[in-house]
Amino acid sequence: MSASIVIFYILAAIILGGGILAVTARKIFRAAIYLLFSLFGIAGLYFYLSYDFIAAVQIVVYVGGIVVLIIFSIFLTHASGDDMPHPKLISALFSALAACVACALVISAIYNHTFTPTSNIAVVPTVKNIGKQMLSITQHGFILPFEVVSFLLLAAMIGSIVIALKTKPKT
Amino acid sequence: MNEIGLNQILIVSTILFFIGVYGFLTRRNMITMLMAIELILNSVNINFVAFNKYLYADKLDGTFFTIFIITIAAAEAAVAIAIIIHLYRSLKSIDVDDADMMKF
Repeated sequence: MSASIVIFYILAAIILGGGILAVTARKIFRAAIYLLFSLFGIAGLYFYLSYDFIAAVQIVVYVGGIVVLIIFSIFLTHASGDDMPHPKLISALFSALAACVACALVISAIYNHTFTPTSNIAVVPTVKNIGKQMLSITQHGFILPFEVVSFLLLAAMIGSIVIALKTKPKT
Repeated sequence: MNEIGLNQILIVSTILFFIGVYGFLTRRNMITMLMAIELILNSVNINFVAFNKYLYADKLDGTFFTIFIITIAAAEAAVAIAIIIHLYRSLKSIDVDDADMMKF
């Protein structure tokens, strides 16, 4: 049992424990905080895999952006101290059954499949390499999706402002 | 299990995915359903990064896909929360069972 294995299992416990509590907590604000722990654990997993840039993006976008947005929307729409109603027993039972069966199926498929890693020279995922390859216009280029995603962000920003805008009552 | 390989990370991401599916099926509150969707998207991101590291280390495509998925998830969360706030104004509730105006 080396330190790296112990760290991996701690990270896995944070991710999965936070996830389970986030989908079962009765108070919605606590569910959001458990989601925060789970996302932090995922950022830690990216650090563990030495993908530093993705880990930083995960913390900035998810922890700093999406969870804060969710907490704001909880405050705007909810009495956050109230308990949520229990799910119907039959629906919780069958959902858990379906999730467990599908999970077992996928895990058995993972163990029965042999993955063949490539033998080519590894590229180090530094920010320099990521930026150079993603915005290259000659090879491995992802510049078109990059531009399309910028349009998507603009459209989402305008769209969410338009949707959430308070319409004045007609006099 | 003496070494952390691809299988262990894939198992973590699979379990996280189905935790998200369970939450999506049992919750009746739109914000908590959105949180379950975030868990599902994150498990997909873990898969992309793990496959990129352990199987295709000579390319960075998994990293790019992860970045695009994070971007699109942020856009999706913003639009979804705008819709939820608008629904709350007209219905005074964010329960999916109350939003049945489009039911035929």
